[in-house]
Amino acid sequence: MRIALFSDIHANREAFEACLNAAAGVDRIVILGDIVGYGADPGWCADKAAEIAAAGGIVIRGNHDQAACDTHCDMNSSAKIAIEWTRNQLSAEQKAFLGQLPMSVMDDDRLYVHADGSAPAKWNYVTDASDAEGHFNGTSARVSFCGHIHVPALYGLAAGGRINRFVPNSEVPIPLLAQRRWLGVMGAVGQPRDGHPTAAFAIYDTDKRELTYRRAAYDIETAQAKIRAAGLPEGLAARLARGH
Amino acid sequence: MQLDGFTLQELAHTGGMARLWVVTHPDHEKPLLMKVPMIGEGDDPAAIVSFEMEQMILPRLSGPHVPQFIANGDFATHPYIVMERLPGKSLYPMLDLLPLPLEQVTDIGVKIATALDALHRQHVVHLDLKPSNIIFRETGEAVLVDFGLARHNLLPDLMEEEFRLPYGTAPYMAPEQILRIRSDYRSDIFALGCLLYFFATGTRPFGDPQRLKGLKKRLWSDPVPPRALNGDIPPAFQEVVLRALEVNPNRRYPTAAQMAAALKDLSQVPLTPRATKTKRDPFSERLRRRFNPEPIEPPKRQEQPGELSNAPIVMVAIDLSDSSADLKDLLRLTTQRIVEKTPDARVACVNILKINRLALDTTLDETGHNKHVLRLVDLKSWAEKLNMPEGAVTFHVLEAVNPADAILDYARQNYVDHIVMGARAASAMRSLLGSVSGEVAAHAPCTVTVVRNRAIPAAE
Repeated sequence: MRIALFSDIHANREAFEACLNAAAGVDRIVILGDIVGYGADPGWCADKAAEIAAAGGIVIRGNHDQAACDTHCDMNSSAKIAIEWTRNQLSAEQKAFLGQLPMSVMDDDRLYVHADGSAPAKWNYVTDASDAEGHFNGTSARVSFCGHIHVPALYGLAAGGRINRFVPNSEVPIPLLAQRRWLGVMGAVGQPRDGHPTAAFAIYDTDKRELTYRRAAYDIETAQAKIRAAGLPEGLAARLARGH
Repeated sequence: MQLDGFTLQELAHTGGMARLWVVTHPDHEKPLLMKVPMIGEGDDPAAIVSFEMEQMILPRLSGPHVPQFIANGDFATHPYIVMERLPGKSLYPMLDLLPLPLEQVTDIGVKIATALDALHRQHVVHLDLKPSNIIFRETGEAVLVDFGLARHNLLPDLMEEEFRLPYGTAPYMAPEQILRIRSDYRSDIFALGCLLYFFATGTRPFGDPQRLKGLKKRLWSDPVPPRALNGDIPPAFQEVVLRALEVNPNRRYPTAAQMAAALKDLSQVPLTPRATKTKRDPFSERLRRRFNPEPIEPPKRQEQPGELSNAPIVMVAIDLSDSSADLKDLLRLTTQRIVEKTPDARVACVNILKINRLALDTTLDETGHNKHVLRLVDLKSWAEKLNMPEGAVTFHVLEAVNPADAILDYARQNYVDHIVMGARAASAMRSLLGSVSGEVAAHAPCTVTVVRNRAIPAAE
């Protein structure tokens, strides 16, 4: 089975559509949270995620999805402005969909979660091997996938307890050896922060146990123009072109 | 004994980290080789990780220079790798016959460098090149085996953080490998330099140190020049070997392809003071290097595609007779643009001396001048204005009935990455013979740039 993994879509319709096209033909779609926030198309993205969930896909809750339905949240200023704007854009139905999303899902030997899986509600970033160690200690899945940090990385845990960190640098499939545990951190679909402006996603092949980090080019100018037209902070538009 | 459909026939070899079994399988006509790691208690923990690396890397390699991958066994139940069994012997038994005659050493060197080039183009650094890991096919190609210490530059490196000490084989390990840099393709070029030195002189350039301290000596202590050990070695061979053995990878051959090309034609190797060195560097110099070493940086990660693209071999096919002066200038300008951003490029200027199939050509022209020499003079004069560093340009006059075939053969045999050639202007000859550049572009194994002068309209 081939699984497409999308994380941190952030209401960027153009990027989301480009990734869906690039991943066409997969057997399952998994969305690892943060469907809304920052971008100008929260309604469309929430509807698309609901459609994917209805068709058998798996959709996980991100901190922005939670904040869009819940007024008590702690965020930085531009995120806060964006989330308040997002709340006004979303219909009651869309909010209800985002509000019922699970914090994590186990699917065979795989765990899907938005942030560090050892305490999903804390929304901790996985930035280095020691964060990954916390995740491995607090979970039991062979293979986990998360997002949240907008920068792709792959952590492998060997039998001896050592953790190997790898920054994907190509679209070559990476074998996730069965005898190790793995945490695949996804880059962002809708707001990449690893210096590459193209939308990031990944494909996991469960038969071959191979993870392929991929990028999709999308119409950045249109996504930026919509953010500006909505009156959202300029920084949210500008950063898309730089990818950080 | 049966394992996942494979029948174990006999134990072929017991190494430090794994056992090799000859196995058969109903789907495969020929016997195969099964590698089973030693992962019991008391075995080296590196055996596990190195086996995992090989399970990752071998299935991703292809071509005649690696054993064909057949199957990986599930690590949790029966860890193994099944691969093609190569009929030949490794280079290891040759160690009893050293030193070998020079032609044999250079022939072996060309074949190994060619295999390394193929490996490096697949993003893999071998990091354990030595005689026992090199086997020759019946068709002559060198095959590199044992990827247990190898590094795939696009995959996680499981060895990287696992061990405190550098892993490798002491006589062949590159200085940067001792400093635990595992991503430099030129580490394999150093190992090949060690092997060629050993095979030509019968002596290992850095001995066989057993401790880290002894291993580190090669960071500052240069080997005895090979010609001091074997007077029959020509300066050009010493030049190639000592360049491969440079401590700083930036001073070695930038690619295995360039080293193969040098070994193939020693007469074209530009000689530097390395070639004529008769002694090691003075003691004071070695002492200075020991206490004030030149830093070795890990190679910079390059953006895709291809980390090797910084050192292309560019072939310029120059038609001296037919081309106008304008076209020749344009050809030079285009070549300059191609090599501008690639300081380690090598340019091969090639001219085809067309001969007739039937007539017995004389090598002298009407006035009795040697045609070859005249052409070489013309080529050199054309290339002078390229302003390339000395030794970066070589000159070749090839005799051929069919120029396109000659250009294509040269490109295939000399690891050429890019062919630059002029288009013939409109002429009766061209309509009769067809376009050489068109044929080259259609069949070339690499990029082809056809240079055409816009001022002169081309033929139909």
